[in-house]
Amino acid sequence: MVDLSTRIGSLELKNPVLTASGTFGYGLEYADFIDLSHLGGFVVKGTTLEPREGNPYPRMAETPMGMLNAVGLQNKGVDHFIDHIYPQIKDCGSEVIVNVSGKSVADYAATAEKLSALPGLNAIELNISCPNVKQGGMAFGTTCDGAASVVDAVRKVWPRHLMVKLSPNVTSITDIAKAAEGAGADSLSLINTMLGMAIDIERRKPVLSTVTGGMSGPAVKPVAVRMVWQVAKAVGIPVVGLGGICTAEDAIEFIMAGASAIQVGTANFIDPTVTQKIIDGMESWCERHGVSRLLDLRGIC
Amino acid sequence: MKHQLLLRVEFVNHLKGGLIHLGLVAPDGSDLPYMAPGQFVEVAVDKAKVLLNRPFSIFNFTPRMLELLVKPLGRASDALGQYESGDTLRVIAPLGRGFSQPDQTAKVLLAGGGVGVAPLYYQARALNERGIRPTLVYGERTAPDSTLRKLLAEVADLHICTDDGSEGHHGFMMTHPAITEGNYTIMQVCGPMRMMQSLHAMYAGGTLHAKEAEFSLENKMACGLGACLCCVEQTTTGNRCVCTDGPVFNANELPW
Repeated sequence: MVDLSTRIGSLELKNPVLTASGTFGYGLEYADFIDLSHLGGFVVKGTTLEPREGNPYPRMAETPMGMLNAVGLQNKGVDHFIDHIYPQIKDCGSEVIVNVSGKSVADYAATAEKLSALPGLNAIELNISCPNVKQGGMAFGTTCDGAASVVDAVRKVWPRHLMVKLSPNVTSITDIAKAAEGAGADSLSLINTMLGMAIDIERRKPVLSTVTGGMSGPAVKPVAVRMVWQVAKAVGIPVVGLGGICTAEDAIEFIMAGASAIQVGTANFIDPTVTQKIIDGMESWCERHGVSRLLDLRGIC
Repeated sequence: MKHQLLLRVEFVNHLKGGLIHLGLVAPDGSDLPYMAPGQFVEVAVDKAKVLLNRPFSIFNFTPRMLELLVKPLGRASDALGQYESGDTLRVIAPLGRGFSQPDQTAKVLLAGGGVGVAPLYYQARALNERGIRPTLVYGERTAPDSTLRKLLAEVADLHICTDDGSEGHHGFMMTHPAITEGNYTIMQVCGPMRMMQSLHAMYAGGTLHAKEAEFSLENKMACGLGACLCCVEQTTTGNRCVCTDGPVFNANELPW
């Protein structure tokens, strides 16, 4: 029997497999395929203070071993989430983490404050790294001062676990990580998507309506592993690793790089049962390698 | 309920114009979950070495077999032509909302452009079961495959339009009498965007007489499950997912 359990600060998870925001809807979209209670947890779609229509179509382009998206945080707003979505998922049997985004520091704080009224909600993930919105998003996550200002403002109104999602589109991710930690983050998740672009050479135009978009999928995994390894060594708070994880072996690679948990993103689009396969695969990998506790592998590289 | 299925390729027929007609069955011969006309499936085309699954409409469905009609337009659809009977394909199905099923007195016009005719065959079969023989206007660049033509003519009053005049009505279907002179309870359309928007304009402008109209869209998508929000269409009620709110939309929902 392998112990897959993990702890991210105050969050105790039965296993380290979470889903990445924007790739798993509100969990309900996947309920036909997997038992949501088997997951360590899931991070729901980016939520903002006001409803957002997102960017125009086309929003997606497949690239070699990856994809670009430019969804732009389409969601019905935090009030809709609280009234209509949360009641459907709060008793799903795994940790629900709400991803929060905003146009301004005040937006982030107001959204977090509203969410703090939800009794069973133990954690939010601050998205200071979305590359697909004109205002806010990544703008906060690419400077130390910007990151610190959002984290600090939310810290004042959100008393429970505060995870901060970092952008890879920076010169030194460890500096941003330390700034978020210094402002009161309880954990860091990384990486969000990498800024990319694709051109339809027949039409001689960019594929995406927004020209640039966020790249995800297996192609970004080595960058993500490197950044998780760097950040895990640089900060004293837990790190959640994500970026191109498709298999149990990928997930274990992130644990060895220093992650206490992982998020599965793009792979959910390809195989809606992939999270269960990763959980099962981590267990059998540990069995085969005589590892009784998965976390013994954390940061061994 | 949606399912992820491993299906066995029962046959692959290569039709005129490069069209690929695939029959997929459960490897153990068991019944497939019910799929409705106008719904679609996501297929993992492993031989194409692409990352994402590809959405395809349902050309025909019986409890024993799912049939797809695919036009090779890119790496994944090209690679479907390399599959042989006995190969396995991973399929997520059934997805989306299909065509509405009018009552038995309805006069139904089906309009298909190119491979957009695919879901209309299954819809026509479903209408036949309700005692309705629909009118099917099928537009193509050039005379279609004879096997396909025979299948379509069995289930509908078939009118072919070709861009090059090699068969049937010479020119776009928008000038065919079945479109301009008929009087229908409902029109159900699948085809290229320009064709659908032209028919929508005729319907909305009253030069095409139908009480209702439905259009099946095929926006590029990733998950097919309403999670990625990539395939949105701007509708009268905002951005909506073609994969879960569609692929079939009522004309009134489309601000074309």
